[in-house]
Amino acid sequence: MSRVGRSEALELLREAPLLELGRRADGARQRLHPDGLVTFVVDRNINFTNVCTCQCRFCAFYRRPEDPDGYVLTHDEVLAKIEELVACGGTQVLMQGGLHPDLPLEWFEDLFRKIKARFPQVQNHSLSPAEITHLARISGRTVAETLKRLRDAGLDSVPGGGAEVLVDRVRREISPNKIGWRRWMEVMEEAHHQGMPTTATLMFGATETDEDLVDHLLRIRALQDRTAGFTAFIPWTFQPDRTELGRAEGIRKTGAVRYLRVLALARIVLDNVPNLQASWVTQGDKIAQVALRFGANDMGGTMLEENVVAATGVRFRLDRDRLVTLIRDAGFVPAQRTTTYEVLKVFSP
Amino acid sequence: MASRTLPEIAAKLEAGDRLDEADALALLTADDLIGLGELADRTNRRRNGDRVFFNVNRHINPTNVCVNRCRFCAFSRSPGQEGAYTLGRDEVLARAAEADRAGATELHIVGGLHPDLPFGWYRDLVAEIHERFPRLHIKGFTAVEIDHLARMGGGSAERVLLELRDAGLGSLPGGGAELLPEPVRSRICPEKIPGARWLEIMEIAHGLGLRSNATMLYGHVERPEDRVEHLRMLRNLQDRTGGFQAFIPLAFQPLHSDLGRGRGTTGFDDLRALATARLYLDNFRHIKAYWVMLGEKVAQVSLHFGVNDLDGTVVEEKIAHEAGATSRGALTRDELMALIEEAGRVPVERDTLYRPVVRRGTHWTVAEGRA
Repeated sequence: MSRVGRSEALELLREAPLLELGRRADGARQRLHPDGLVTFVVDRNINFTNVCTCQCRFCAFYRRPEDPDGYVLTHDEVLAKIEELVACGGTQVLMQGGLHPDLPLEWFEDLFRKIKARFPQVQNHSLSPAEITHLARISGRTVAETLKRLRDAGLDSVPGGGAEVLVDRVRREISPNKIGWRRWMEVMEEAHHQGMPTTATLMFGATETDEDLVDHLLRIRALQDRTAGFTAFIPWTFQPDRTELGRAEGIRKTGAVRYLRVLALARIVLDNVPNLQASWVTQGDKIAQVALRFGANDMGGTMLEENVVAATGVRFRLDRDRLVTLIRDAGFVPAQRTTTYEVLKVFSP
Repeated sequence: MASRTLPEIAAKLEAGDRLDEADALALLTADDLIGLGELADRTNRRRNGDRVFFNVNRHINPTNVCVNRCRFCAFSRSPGQEGAYTLGRDEVLARAAEADRAGATELHIVGGLHPDLPFGWYRDLVAEIHERFPRLHIKGFTAVEIDHLARMGGGSAERVLLELRDAGLGSLPGGGAELLPEPVRSRICPEKIPGARWLEIMEIAHGLGLRSNATMLYGHVERPEDRVEHLRMLRNLQDRTGGFQAFIPLAFQPLHSDLGRGRGTTGFDDLRALATARLYLDNFRHIKAYWVMLGEKVAQVSLHFGVNDLDGTVVEEKIAHEAGATSRGALTRDELMALIEEAGRVPVERDTLYRPVVRRGTHWTVAEGRA
């Protein structure tokens, strides 16, 4: 089957009826995952600091260095949180935070070593390209050296956050202080070369055009052709409440139909990225379930803790039992996975 | 019985054959959500095109005092119980006045079965609202309340309906149907009128020229077969009277009620219920998504699964929210229209009888002719 190009992708996004997109995406999902498994990971997000010099306009989580309610977790606090995760059968910790001006690379190396020593079974899936670039800058090293040091300290893989939309015009509008799209790609390419898999995300519904969305997908696809290092793609929608961008531009929350259209398009275009995650955190459990017929084959994490989307006032809850029920009810077989998509446990259908 | 496949059902629909109960059961349990959606969407658009109706209404719940203790309900209170309330006549009128000023076209009035409020109180209230705000369509009183009012001095259900109609009642909502067939009905609402009585009162209302809606409460203890039987009972009555305007499945809200699986419906449940209704209830023109219970997101997606009506700019919704619904209490007209447009459909404001409304701000008129 020939690949979907830019103009066809645009036409699909703009013109195709919702259910036709769903039909095609479901077919693509079926070809990639004929076993009918729908996976999830038991994980916890730990945001070690909310202090951030980047101050993206779409973010309700960050605090300025001078703000009184900024925080930095101690290593012991982080370790205690991971202990809780392990106690409920969790396998993945996702640590991300603001770009703190004073937390040096050594702070992370030290923390990652402690985590590996105490919890060797836990997969350390942490730090986005913007954070890695920030650490390289403040430590006076290259991105490659920084990644190598972090990997040697225990970093297993890199989450795909901070991609937002990989088009610099959009980035200037919504996150003017953040790295550009090329730098984001360079960090991911280097991580892939060093043997660390990563994911890729998309945050849409802010100021991007349809063309920008399609270009984002094509840029991910092009790097994946070279490295095959992306394990999953994770689109979600901008949550405008309590954000500067939402207030200033009067942006309405993106609806579920648009979400499903973009999700389905991602499955159709990203023929080389194996997994597509539904975002229950931004869509709620009902639409995340419906997403399983619009191309998604993974429900992401159970997220014992999540702070960033919650800062916008959006708080959906989901536990493992409900997740299993939703997957079964949609006609799939639930399975718990690792960060790198190895199946740990298959639940009865 | 071997279950029907979607292609078999599609062939029946193409041939113009009526679906039977085995078809409905297969649709209600279909894994192929997209296939189900395609059938329901095609059927809906043949009938209703790209248009999706909404209305600007206000809910008034005059009392939460109720002699029934339905197990799924978190709204009702016993007389004298903490949190029990009954609005005074002036409070109801003030809400009606506010709705009228805000440009609403409809009042949706339902409440508990109060043990002391006589029929005359309700009849006089309807008469006064109608006299003071003649343009507001009063859609009020479920069949359950009509039965109660008959016993509260109204005489027969027929007399109650006649007197309310003559006082200004415009139509009946579809509530109180819950799940009509036994034994489920006795398990979830043992004191409520039987399903046969609910249907009987609807038939009387239709006979008097009062139109009504029909609902179905699902996602608690029922089996898919019970839902099919519920739909069959409604379709049979509609064949005789033609008096139902819209069918509205209501997703059970488990959080604060003492019944059910405790977790509520799934997205698949909700979309299957709506799509199946569109296909099996071939004599219902309108299938309505009640966003207060479904959430805005599922309601929006349902516009591609057979739904042609999105209710409504509900102001001050109490019943679903007491039960734990997390949607917002009200959507503005602009928000509702944006929801429909983002789904690729054309929003059309309607009045209670599905006539298009032409609106400028709070001023509105009904366009000529029926939709």
